[in-house]
Amino acid sequence: MTTIHPGLKARRRRSALRTAAFLSPWLLGFSVFFAYPLLATLYFSFMKYDGFTAPVWNGLANWSYVFQDYPFFWPALRNTLWLVVVMVSLRVVFGLGVGLLVTRVRTAPGLFRTFFYLPYLAPPVAATMAFVFLLNPGTGPANTVLDLFGMPQPGWFKDADWSKPALTLLALWGIGDLMIIFMAALLDVPRDQYEAAELDGAGPFARFRYVTLPNISPILLFAVVTGVIETMQFYTQPLVAGKVASGVIGGSGQQFEPGYPDQSTLTVPQIVYNLGFQRFDTGSACVVALVLFALCMAFTAVLMRRGSGFLSAED
Amino acid sequence: MPGHPRAARSRSGRTRRAPYARTAALAAVTAVCLLAGACTGSSGGGAQDDPDAETTLTFWHGWSAPSEVEAIDANIEAFEEKHPNITVKTVKNVSDDKLNQALRAGGGDSPDVVSSFATDNVGRFCAANALADLKPFLAKSGIDPAKTFPKPMLDYTQYEGKRCTLPLLGDAYGLYYNKDAFAKAGIEAPPKTFSEFDEVAKKLTKEKGDSYSQLGFMPNYHGYESTVEHFGAQFGVDYFDADGRAANASDPGMKALFTWQRELVDALGGFEKLERHRSTFGDEWGAKHPFHTGQVAMQLDGEWRGKMAKEAGADFEIGTAPLPVPDGQEDSYGKGYLSGTVVGVASSSPRQNAAWELVRFLTTDTNAVVDFANAIHNVPSTLAAMKSPRLNEDPDYRTFVKIAQHPGSRHAPGSVNGAAYLLTLQDLGYAYESGREKSLDAGLRKADRQIDKDLAQAG
Repeated sequence: MTTIHPGLKARRRRSALRTAAFLSPWLLGFSVFFAYPLLATLYFSFMKYDGFTAPVWNGLANWSYVFQDYPFFWPALRNTLWLVVVMVSLRVVFGLGVGLLVTRVRTAPGLFRTFFYLPYLAPPVAATMAFVFLLNPGTGPANTVLDLFGMPQPGWFKDADWSKPALTLLALWGIGDLMIIFMAALLDVPRDQYEAAELDGAGPFARFRYVTLPNISPILLFAVVTGVIETMQFYTQPLVAGKVASGVIGGSGQQFEPGYPDQSTLTVPQIVYNLGFQRFDTGSACVVALVLFALCMAFTAVLMRRGSGFLSAED
Repeated sequence: MPGHPRAARSRSGRTRRAPYARTAALAAVTAVCLLAGACTGSSGGGAQDDPDAETTLTFWHGWSAPSEVEAIDANIEAFEEKHPNITVKTVKNVSDDKLNQALRAGGGDSPDVVSSFATDNVGRFCAANALADLKPFLAKSGIDPAKTFPKPMLDYTQYEGKRCTLPLLGDAYGLYYNKDAFAKAGIEAPPKTFSEFDEVAKKLTKEKGDSYSQLGFMPNYHGYESTVEHFGAQFGVDYFDADGRAANASDPGMKALFTWQRELVDALGGFEKLERHRSTFGDEWGAKHPFHTGQVAMQLDGEWRGKMAKEAGADFEIGTAPLPVPDGQEDSYGKGYLSGTVVGVASSSPRQNAAWELVRFLTTDTNAVVDFANAIHNVPSTLAAMKSPRLNEDPDYRTFVKIAQHPGSRHAPGSVNGAAYLLTLQDLGYAYESGREKSLDAGLRKADRQIDKDLAQAG
């Protein structure tokens, strides 16, 4: 057995205490704002709890109710996955496109950058309401213009087939956040690499594929991962769009159809709210919250794994 | 040494399992205590306070319009004059979500008296003891609820015999109609049965291309106020059987309701065409409401609509009447759907006796109720206030006061999961009117199963 010198032990203890002291703010924040809520959510997912009276053990009943009997769970999950796949992909592609445009444009670049960034600053509720009015199939200017050109006029937020594409349009309109980070990444690509590629005879596509993409791939990965997490938490815009389009925008205490039209704008965060605060079923709300957490973790893990391969391959 | 070897010995060879186990046990107990502590925000409370002592009460309400806030503040001032030892701190524009959270959390800043527009949540408030039982207070004050409040309002302010709220003004629903459009169509009086209503709606409907220049009535369930709950009051639906199980599939009134609505949708041009027309409507709470603009000639709505239409500059004469009743039930004509604001005392309040004095004043003082009803154009919620000569004499308003007094008027029954069962039926309505649900019987059976499952989960 090795004998440790008492002085060494004291130094190690002091070092450990110092490390703990430096880590303590993070540990405190992690414990209070992440570990405790997560443990509490797990705990409540097995309890019958209405938020008013003390929780009672409920076994797997909440889990079984959410997966088998709660009518909104599967539609909300399908909608959220649709948005994750379609909306995130389009936002990344469009954000990159706009980023390329505003870095290349020579005339009034500041004006273009401001023009594309400004919509991102619009409050989500106001922006959504404006979009619902613009895309109103009966009175909105969008369909009036389409009509002038003899094109088909979708029902947008009033049509279950078009409501998610309409939400995607809204998300593309507010592309300013992605435009800024892509623009920064694109401006950071070394110019000499483009010059070397040009000397080697690379055309615009080849330069984009073999110079631009490898240089901005970490930013692309960041955009996709944060986009997926944000879309998993997509709440305000679909809720407001559904309520405004269905005509129920006022009257406290008034009942309204979740996910109008035909549950097509129902997302997972909305059903957490519906269960926890409208049906007073905190246990089932916690089940859905855990499912959302697990999905976010899974998506992030897959993207990070595949993304790290993508990054190393580009390197 | 028993147990897993990795747990039994540390690198230094000392036994570490017992301290780890103790630490883990301590952490587990702490976590459970924290979790349990987090769940018990509201206590049963007790009325031990002296109502004559100097007290400050906190009153949360949802009114936000300047005229409404002014009116409730005037009532509070009158209360403070009558009870100089009690000061009331009011918090306006409180949504039901905030209210729920405050009642859940309790604590020093939580309200003593709360009011809510969501009558559908009374079941949960009562069942969970979030609001105090008012029966002992009523008995102590010598107030007989049956002789003080209209029966339908008494019904929707209690749940399974537990009275945790009282009505603070009400909303009655009836029929608004465009008298000019009636005259042009040669219609002399508002319809009293749904057959007459359908005929009138068809006569008033003027088609224009693939839309309408004037629609008799918007029957679609997304039309403003066209809900199963509102129509249900006219058809006398009960929603549940005596055992509390959903009984809509076996309720002839519910079948009649869905059938009537669907037939009217078809008769007025079909679901798609009506939906297209609906998409041209302005906001329900704005000046461009379709009744104000003449886009629809008849509107199911509460007592506020007439005042709103006049303020919006509607350029036609407005008529009011009760909503029709099913054929063969003409003797029940005059009834309607009732709702309103409810007020109660938070169970967590340490000042329940003083809080009761405020609730008692607001809900039973005839002058306070009449003044408040006149000011915010709601229906009064006591029998005495309804008969008061000081009550607004506007004949359109009086139509709704009469509806509120009708013994057949009703609200949908309370439930432990709020309006969930009504939304399930409303969902069936969307599916049935659009043709997605072909069989009404099958749809109602499915809705009943869903309602029972939801109630079992929430109960």
